[in-house]
Amino acid sequence: MTDSLAPTAAPKRSLPRRLFAKIGAENIGLLIALVVVIAFFGTLSPRFLSMATFDSVAFQLPELGLLTLAMLMPIIAGGINLAVTFTANLCGLTLAWVLHANGGPDASVFAFLLGSVLAVGVGTASGFVMGPVIAYTGAHPILVTLSMMIFLRGLGEFLTRGADISGFPEFIQPLGHGSLLGVPIPLLILIAAVIVWHIMMTRTRLGFSNYMVGSNIEATRYSGIPTRRVITLIYALSGAMCGIAGIIMLSRFNSVRVGHGESYVLITVLACFLGGVNPFGGFGKVVSVFLALIILQLLSSGLNLLGASQHLATAIWGIMLVGIMILRWAAGQLTFLRITR
Amino acid sequence: MNFAVPMEESPVPVLSLSNVSVTFGGVKALQDVGFEVLQGEVQCIAGENGSGKSTLIKVITGVYQPQPGAQIIFDGKPVETMSPAVARAAGVEVIWQDLALFPEMTVAENIGIRSVLGNVPRLVNHGAMRATAERLLARLGADLDVDAPLRTFAIAQRQIVAIARALAGDARIIFMDEPTSSLTQSETDLLLNIVRSLAAEGISIVFVSHRLAEVLEISSRVTVLRDGKLVGVFPTAGMTQSRLTELMTGKTFDQGVRTRDHSASPIVLAVEGLTRAGDYEDVSLTIRRGETVGLTGLLGAGRTELALSIFGMLRPDRGRILLNGTALDLRSNRDAIRAGIGYLSEDRLALGLIQPQSIADNMVIPVLDKILDRGLISFSKKDELVARWIDDLAIKIGLPTDAISTLSGGNQQRVAIAKWLAVGLKLIILDAPTVGVDVGARAGIFEIVARLAADGLAILLISDEVPEVYFNADRVLHMAAGRIVAQYDPRSVSLSDLEAAVYA
Amino acid sequence: MPSLRLPKLLRANPTETWLIIVLVAICLGLSLSSDKFFTIANLFNLLNTSSTNLIFAVGLLVVLIAGGIDISFAVAASVVQYVVAVALLRIGGGDWLIGIGLAAIAGIALGAVNAALIHYFRIISIVVTIATFNIFFGLLMFFTRGVSIYNLPEWWTHRTMLIEFQQANGNWTGLALPVAIMAICVVATWVLIRHTSIGRQLYAFGDNPEGARRLGINIAAMHFIAFGWLGLMAGIGGLVQVHYAQEVVPNALIGRELDVLAAVVLGGARLGGGRGTVLGCILGVFLVSVTQNGLNLLGISPYAFKMIIGAIILIAITLSNAPLGRMVAALRQRSGT
Repeated sequence: MTDSLAPTAAPKRSLPRRLFAKIGAENIGLLIALVVVIAFFGTLSPRFLSMATFDSVAFQLPELGLLTLAMLMPIIAGGINLAVTFTANLCGLTLAWVLHANGGPDASVFAFLLGSVLAVGVGTASGFVMGPVIAYTGAHPILVTLSMMIFLRGLGEFLTRGADISGFPEFIQPLGHGSLLGVPIPLLILIAAVIVWHIMMTRTRLGFSNYMVGSNIEATRYSGIPTRRVITLIYALSGAMCGIAGIIMLSRFNSVRVGHGESYVLITVLACFLGGVNPFGGFGKVVSVFLALIILQLLSSGLNLLGASQHLATAIWGIMLVGIMILRWAAGQLTFLRITR
Repeated sequence: MNFAVPMEESPVPVLSLSNVSVTFGGVKALQDVGFEVLQGEVQCIAGENGSGKSTLIKVITGVYQPQPGAQIIFDGKPVETMSPAVARAAGVEVIWQDLALFPEMTVAENIGIRSVLGNVPRLVNHGAMRATAERLLARLGADLDVDAPLRTFAIAQRQIVAIARALAGDARIIFMDEPTSSLTQSETDLLLNIVRSLAAEGISIVFVSHRLAEVLEISSRVTVLRDGKLVGVFPTAGMTQSRLTELMTGKTFDQGVRTRDHSASPIVLAVEGLTRAGDYEDVSLTIRRGETVGLTGLLGAGRTELALSIFGMLRPDRGRILLNGTALDLRSNRDAIRAGIGYLSEDRLALGLIQPQSIADNMVIPVLDKILDRGLISFSKKDELVARWIDDLAIKIGLPTDAISTLSGGNQQRVAIAKWLAVGLKLIILDAPTVGVDVGARAGIFEIVARLAADGLAILLISDEVPEVYFNADRVLHMAAGRIVAQYDPRSVSLSDLEAAVYA
Repeated sequence: MPSLRLPKLLRANPTETWLIIVLVAICLGLSLSSDKFFTIANLFNLLNTSSTNLIFAVGLLVVLIAGGIDISFAVAASVVQYVVAVALLRIGGGDWLIGIGLAAIAGIALGAVNAALIHYFRIISIVVTIATFNIFFGLLMFFTRGVSIYNLPEWWTHRTMLIEFQQANGNWTGLALPVAIMAICVVATWVLIRHTSIGRQLYAFGDNPEGARRLGINIAAMHFIAFGWLGLMAGIGGLVQVHYAQEVVPNALIGRELDVLAAVVLGGARLGGGRGTVLGCILGVFLVSVTQNGLNLLGISPYAFKMIIGAIILIAITLSNAPLGRMVAALRQRSGT
């Protein structure tokens, strides 16, 4: 078992194989699933393939999408952020408070901008608390983000006494319900966020470190990357994205409720795993997760059109999560069998 | 069977195997191997990685089934099919390198774990477990608090607990896989004493170890495996390390010292009076441009701690570190890397490389700043850098996007070295660079090291295998108990004298 | 600082020791600031209202010890409540024994679903239980349409008291039957994990799964026993909760899982497995309920409670994972002092 000293050049691959590799096996599978879902619901309900469906998906997708982006980096880093929805709601509360303090329905655009900045700030702050605790004390991310979630839920309920907060200026409407050149504005914001996240994860040092830290944090540290700073930033960015999600949710519903979207955590985790993120960290691509989200949202809209209740959709999502993990396991078994031929 | 020692009086062996062959997929892990253990003997199984040592043990313990034709005989009685239960009933116990103990449970619970196994639920007798544990520990001459959780004990004591656990199962043969790799010299001595006393009681001990010096010291016979085949069983009296290495690899190594005089070159690294309480004390050394300084000593001497301090990961209490004349203030390894110091960790699997990630990604971790284009990572620069170093160090890979885990040990180590070279270093610290690399591939690693030195890099070579530093360094420093106690020139001291001084 | 030779028992169980100290401190504080705290009525009330959570907690403790986590048990309890209510209606009443029997079967079945997914498909427990949480909840709400059941058998809703007496002010107070059920569950769990071979195997498996495998411990049994036990406790806890609420409300228990998890972790159980005691569990649950009780008595808004608890848990987790000694050492490493 000696090492040959002869260097080998990388083998050249044919065009179709290179194209396949560029798009990625993961994405091709998802695109096929997308087509299947559209075909399935399209045949069952003629109303599915309509502008109305596109609109409903396009407007509902963004808040879920932004929360999923918030969940993505912590999972890749080998952790998780269970506090995303309550962080987002609390950020929305922050914006609401600033607006109310400046005239409520008569608040100015400036107040809105100030409130938005503060909202993102609050989200980032929660990340700046969770991140260092996870990075410097080695506490389990599940517990840390869970306790932050409990704290934020409590804080939110304490501030709102459990009630809905509404009474916002008119000009917020377009943010949640308007369109630009036929594309809903929230969707544009989501697409912009996806692009930013994609660039960050593939082309920046932070994104690169994210993957390395998720696979082996100690080895990454020995190679000179400031891992604790990286983890802190990852959770801070996660919180910041929650802030943006909170702003969008406020403009979509024209109100803020602390408990809004409690079940979203499942969907964000589901979208990540469906999109190929490794549950243990180290691997995952934004585009695939985005595709997975679209599939999930179409599923929900389709079920809606067929008259199924939201609860059924929730159960189906749960079954899908299990299904995907079983498929992953099966794929792993096949590869194993091939190797140990 | 190839026995080099005539069996005058042949007592019935406790365990005897013959015609053992195991094949996985297309790979012949063991081919027609025979093996024998006598009562009360200390034997060693020696062989390179992949020679079949662990496979042999797994056959003996029934984890793997050999091909038909194999014979396994316990106390003269043949065994039809070996299984873990049969092996345990026959008194075969294995202490694997990771010990497989339970840190959160108490010492008594660990030792008595066998009494709580089995699918039939029954009540636990805590008092009996504690009494058994105390009795066994006393037999081993160890005084440990049986009610303390295992995690409060260091590796050396945990190993004793592992042995006690084996004894609790009425072991007749105990296999130990690399038992001394994490022990200091005094801890190793204690362990070897325990081994001797157990052998005197009639329990057979079989070592698997790559520490050839210990192998020769403690065992009476050594079974050598190579490429799945039995080379032979040899008495250790009169055997030398080099002869043993030749038997293990099938090659003869014709080595001369590489020592060169660098006193005319400028000093790159100067360490002055470096002290860190509990790790090392008053260490001073210099390394010149193009010079390879070897640092050797037994475990616990403080070599790795010293290396980590030079690399900025362990802050010293006193003293100075100067690189090219400038005193360094190292707050983290990032400062060290920026100054031009690299560190190849001795734990390549866990700390040196990120196994599931790609070769390319592993290579660029310390040099992300160098592959940026307007603040963002440039893929073309990355590919170019990776291709250049793969070519330069002749690393055999499939694709740069393959995971590190797909490479052999030797090639992995080359990637680890390439990673540091890309930084543009002035000094590289190689800590045990050949651990987990086959003896045959080690020469390749040291050729790279020699080439780096020729290019002007200053090298600190740390190894507890004295021959490695002897044959590859210009000067050898001996570190013991945190201090540099002696310096040697390989041209003026023989290898055996140096080994004697270090292992004394 | 001279080291104190603490009694060995206290040294061996630092978490429990700390909890007792903190609990005693809080109780003292509360009895001084409110004259209603240290009354029999209040203490009985505390025991009564903590019963459900404590039953859940000892169930979850076993799962944590075995190295897993489960956030679906509260929903599972709701499902069991509904199933048992419907079944009892069919068979025309029943009694506590039949009720507990049915709850046990249903609860263990749901726990077995988790165990099967985790064991046979090698899916990590957090992912499985996030999924089953939503599957159980979604299906429960879908089939029940969110409708509560008020028409329950007499034995289930009738306030059965263990001890009862009339106070000076004319009010009745006492310990309810569920406290006895809770005590039985707690003792049973204690016997299981401390005194049976299966319990020791669970600790070993949670501590070092690979080591356990090499010893020949039946891994499937570990998973099914741990999650099955939690399922059993969830079922029984659900029954008890209905006794208090006097009705079956499908989403009454949602959110409880996190409070229970927080209490169990406060009590010293570790997410990585291999650690945790029943005593710690009891202390954790009571710490949370006493705090809530105290805030109530002091007139602090109930909304503030969640916030305070969340903050306490965050601080507790931070401190427990960063023992002061290690943090000091880490600081020394960086700054050279």
